[in-house]
Amino acid sequence: MTPALEIDAVAVRFGGVQAVAGVSFSVASGELVGLIGPNGAGKTTLLRIIAGVLAADVGRIKISGQDVTRLPTELRVRQGLAITHQIVRPFRSMTALENVTLAAGHGITAHPLRALLRYSRTAERTRARAVLASVGLAGTEDKAVTALPLGQLKRLEVARALAVDPTLLLLDEPLAGLNRREAAAQIDVIGAINRRGVTTVLVEHNLAEVVRVCRRLIVLDQGRVIADGAPADVIAETAVREAYIGKGANNAAA
Amino acid sequence: MSAYVYSVLAIMGINIILAVSLNIISGFCGQFSLGHAAFYGSGAYATAYFAAAGTPVPLALLSGIVVAGLLGLVVGFASLRLRDDFLAVTTIGVSFLFVGFVRKQAWLGAEMGISRIPPSGLGGKDNALLILACALATIAFSLYMNRSWMGFGFRAVGDDENTARTIGVPASQYKLVAFTIGTAIAGLAGGLYAYFTQFIVPDSFGFIVSVTLMAMVVIGGTGSTLGVVAGAIILTLLPELFRFVDNYRLLIFGGLLVLVVRFAPGGLAGLGRSTVQMVRGR
Repeated sequence: MTPALEIDAVAVRFGGVQAVAGVSFSVASGELVGLIGPNGAGKTTLLRIIAGVLAADVGRIKISGQDVTRLPTELRVRQGLAITHQIVRPFRSMTALENVTLAAGHGITAHPLRALLRYSRTAERTRARAVLASVGLAGTEDKAVTALPLGQLKRLEVARALAVDPTLLLLDEPLAGLNRREAAAQIDVIGAINRRGVTTVLVEHNLAEVVRVCRRLIVLDQGRVIADGAPADVIAETAVREAYIGKGANNAAA
Repeated sequence: MSAYVYSVLAIMGINIILAVSLNIISGFCGQFSLGHAAFYGSGAYATAYFAAAGTPVPLALLSGIVVAGLLGLVVGFASLRLRDDFLAVTTIGVSFLFVGFVRKQAWLGAEMGISRIPPSGLGGKDNALLILACALATIAFSLYMNRSWMGFGFRAVGDDENTARTIGVPASQYKLVAFTIGTAIAGLAGGLYAYFTQFIVPDSFGFIVSVTLMAMVVIGGTGSTLGVVAGAIILTLLPELFRFVDNYRLLIFGGLLVLVVRFAPGGLAGLGRSTVQMVRGR
């Protein structure tokens, strides 16, 4: 079966910093993969390269077998990709419902002149309400996004990404800034999305919650993959423990 | 009504078309342009040139729309690389470039402009009515566009173009479309102006005109078609109703601009909305 995502020798350098250094891995269709690593490991950079927000210096990216390396973000979305942002970025002039309705109409907005000829939003609005309800945001539809707390804005990011009907969902720290209860609820929503068949790559620092839903972890450190496998095996690896705690961690623990 | 009233109505109609078209670029799509007079002028010059060469009125007006729209498309490409204040500075440059270019072109009459523009065949009254009809059509188109999915896409691009891309909105295409449509409509205003005055000079399309148009948009309420129409009407009529205003036009328009930005960033449209909400709240 064609993998949902294939990354082949992707690298990018910012000035003197090699942010991502020849990363390769693939994600099978329907998988929920946790992409973890210490601060500055290159996780967000890699996610932004996959989404086309940043261009890689070298390497190739395929989504569902299609080479998207040279495609802009909006065309990758048409290939089934969706991404949420680490720092929430709602459209501030819109309500929660409008944010998600716009995403639900991605097939219309993909062509400006076709968009000019379309007026009715009824079907997209109905779908947006359903998506909002599915992430626990029923009742917030008509609220201005500026009035929503961070927990709800994080969910709105997920709802907006879901509304483009993705086959591959990239989540960049969806639990950051949430309290324990909100984080647990958010990870349950992510698990439910994945069970519906959406391949998901989750960048997150909250390891306890990541381990709860992910069946596979990929660990990045200094732009390289240092471990890839089942959560229990990955966390037990010396290289991973050293990346998080520092060299000599195992000796100290012993 | 006197010829004077018709001439005021004609200028008001032209200003409405210009302000509404600028609002499509700056209000709907968030691309701050301070060079709108250049597109207005290119439409006026193209129409005047072809009209003087004997081209029928509809085709001469169409030439103004096409030339201004193409110039807008070119400047729109600059907006793909430049944002906010850098785009504003670039469009100021376009404004000066246009006037500087036209002043040196003998085939466009250089400093003296184009003076032998034939009459449209309509009288003063019908000319004014044609301009007002075009202004109404522009308002209707703008209202429709804002409610269409294209307007929805514009709002997303104006809010945050990178986020818009992540939900499949091709932000670059939207910016080009906004510039092309907005400037093409400004070209129509230029053509109507050329037939209205039958005499155009470079200084009629200078930077001050661009700033005045932006003042109409901001004072009316950036992004609100009806607010911008109100802004255009008020700033057109003020100097006519109060003659002393004409002498201090820039001072008063500038002062109004500062007051609106400081105390009512939503402009007249924002004030209207607040008033309605207050009345409903009682």
